Amino acid sequence: MDNAFGQPQHIVVLGGTSDIGTAIARALISPTTRIIVLACRDVERGEAVASSLRSDTVAVHVVRFDAAAVEDHAGVIERIVAEHGDIDVAVLAFAQLGDNAQTLDDPVAAARLVEVNMAGAVAAGVATANCLKKQGHGALVVLSSVAGERVRKGNVVYGATKAGLDGFAQGLGDALEGSGVRVLVVRPGFVRSKMTTGLEAAPLATTPDKVAAAVAKGLRSGKRTIWVPGLLRIVMSLFRHLPGAVWRRLPIN
Amino acid sequence: MADVVEVLRSETAEAVKSAGERGILARGLGRSYGDAAQNGGGTVLRLLGSARDALLDPGASTVTVGGGVSLDDLMRVIVPRGFFVPVTPGTRFVTVGGAIASDIHGKNHHVDGSFGSHVERIGLLLADGSQVDVSRNEDPALFWATVGGMGLTGIVLDATVRLLPIETSRMSVDTLRLGDLDSLLAAMSEGDDAFRYSVAWIDLVATGRNLGRSVLTRGDHARVEQLALRDRSSPLDFGPRQLFSIPPLVPKPGLLNHATVAAFNEVWFRAAPRQRTAEVQEISGFFHPLDAVGSWNRLYGRAGLVQYQFVVPFGAEAALRQIIERVSSAGVSSFLAVLKRFGAANEAPLSFPRPGWTLALDMPGGGSSLGALLHALDDLVLDAGGRTYFAKDAHTTPETIRRGYPRLAEWQQVRRRVDPEQVWQSDLSRRLRLAAD
Repeated sequence: MDNAFGQPQHIVVLGGTSDIGTAIARALISPTTRIIVLACRDVERGEAVASSLRSDTVAVHVVRFDAAAVEDHAGVIERIVAEHGDIDVAVLAFAQLGDNAQTLDDPVAAARLVEVNMAGAVAAGVATANCLKKQGHGALVVLSSVAGERVRKGNVVYGATKAGLDGFAQGLGDALEGSGVRVLVVRPGFVRSKMTTGLEAAPLATTPDKVAAAVAKGLRSGKRTIWVPGLLRIVMSLFRHLPGAVWRRLPIN
Repeated sequence: MADVVEVLRSETAEAVKSAGERGILARGLGRSYGDAAQNGGGTVLRLLGSARDALLDPGASTVTVGGGVSLDDLMRVIVPRGFFVPVTPGTRFVTVGGAIASDIHGKNHHVDGSFGSHVERIGLLLADGSQVDVSRNEDPALFWATVGGMGLTGIVLDATVRLLPIETSRMSVDTLRLGDLDSLLAAMSEGDDAFRYSVAWIDLVATGRNLGRSVLTRGDHARVEQLALRDRSSPLDFGPRQLFSIPPLVPKPGLLNHATVAAFNEVWFRAAPRQRTAEVQEISGFFHPLDAVGSWNRLYGRAGLVQYQFVVPFGAEAALRQIIERVSSAGVSSFLAVLKRFGAANEAPLSFPRPGWTLALDMPGGGSSLGALLHALDDLVLDAGGRTYFAKDAHTTPETIRRGYPRLAEWQQVRRRVDPEQVWQSDLSRRLRLAAD
């Protein structure tokens, strides 16, 4: 149960080895925080992350969670609630970037990326929302991306999955209105993290810690959508309204 | 979010049977500052009732009244008949059940103790749907676990409460203006015992030499001969009205910021007389000034307000000063800071009052640093041997509560006996793990 300042006691990160997901958990730790659960596919790496978050007052548990195994999602979340009680903040942080050339060439590779980023995220979102609805409170943080706002030709399938996830998260937030549960949609720009290692940073690039600080602030002030950095909201609004002929020729595309 | 269901007394037991796994809780008027009367995912019962059905026994000076009846409603019935509630908080808008569940206190704690100390009997609905009468003689453990038990032992269907006979509906009030904290503490320590009611308003925006400057008001119920001649023919008139209401048009950040609060406090302090004795005031003006302003909380804007109240034992004046300094220097615009001396505690394991100094603060919510400040204040309070108040808590931790309330385990034992299935639950009980250890 979180308090009047939105300081959570129990945080769950789905995609528990994600740089942004764990940065968010770290930014949300307060004197009231007792339990963090990292749900991830690579349990060994999860344990390494866990030891960096653990302290005298915060217990960190790692549970196995495979985003593509959608039939397991409800069970994983329900077990977390059964063992550790009400979830105050759940962060949906898992995604794969995929290789643009490969996913545009190989239909199976493209579908696999959609399975994780879109089908997996939607299933996890529904499973988490069901638990939060039952407890009548809690926040679901969904890591969307500016990539979904207008899909670039350099990032087609990934962008499409984020566009789909973003739409799902917004609609879910509206559907949960009045239940005590809220959804925060986060749209970061280029984030320097594990996922983007080796890529050339885009303009207005940010870091996991900055995204995490913005999420903590957004949760406190009851926001539904945040952009990191905030300027991207204006930039992407412009891009979104560009004629296709201009958009296709942009150097960032 | 919870399902809120209004029930008549006769329907209460049936409603409790329908509780789901998130449990059920009785709510009075829903004016607790924190989450004491919230039950996310579960059910909240609002017990209906009227003071017109209350049974007043003038000979014994007692009233038997429904748990869902407000003190406002009750006072309108008993004051014209020459009786006053034994304890009133700063608002009349609390119910009898809520007054027992939070074991509320008022300006007379140093003389009369808290509300529970005046309750003779509680008609309690238990988790299994049965009804019992508990008192100091009948199941005293359950009686005292219910007093201050935050609604987690059962639903107060009705209670028999000892009343205070009064001659008039007016108060005789002495006012004293004090320039700093030391002179305030000295004046209260020396003079409070001569008054039934005493409370000090502190300007927490003032710093340095003026730290703790305050207005101390003390008094007692006026006798007939103290009234003006024209009032003596109807000394028990009582009909407090709301003067005006704050419309829902307050700008988002609210109207209470450091500048407006500092200005208000300056005027309030300067406007108070240096010393005035035996001024005759209305009950509502003396006890419940904010009740005259409807929806006053809207002044705080969309982020609302946070209350913080603690008690530290006598002898811990240094800690009290340190806390006041900490709040003043943090630039928190506390609009209402109220200091009072508590007298003896009662036997209830979770009752908040204990002998010492208690300070209650109203602070605008929404700031990013306020949460951290309150956790830091918790540490100062606990180190001084004090504790914080459940009814106002909105931030603290299970560990803090365990240090401040060493008899929690004793209370939990009673709760396990009367509610093994954990039917009674609230957001507060979950957040502070009151039921589980």
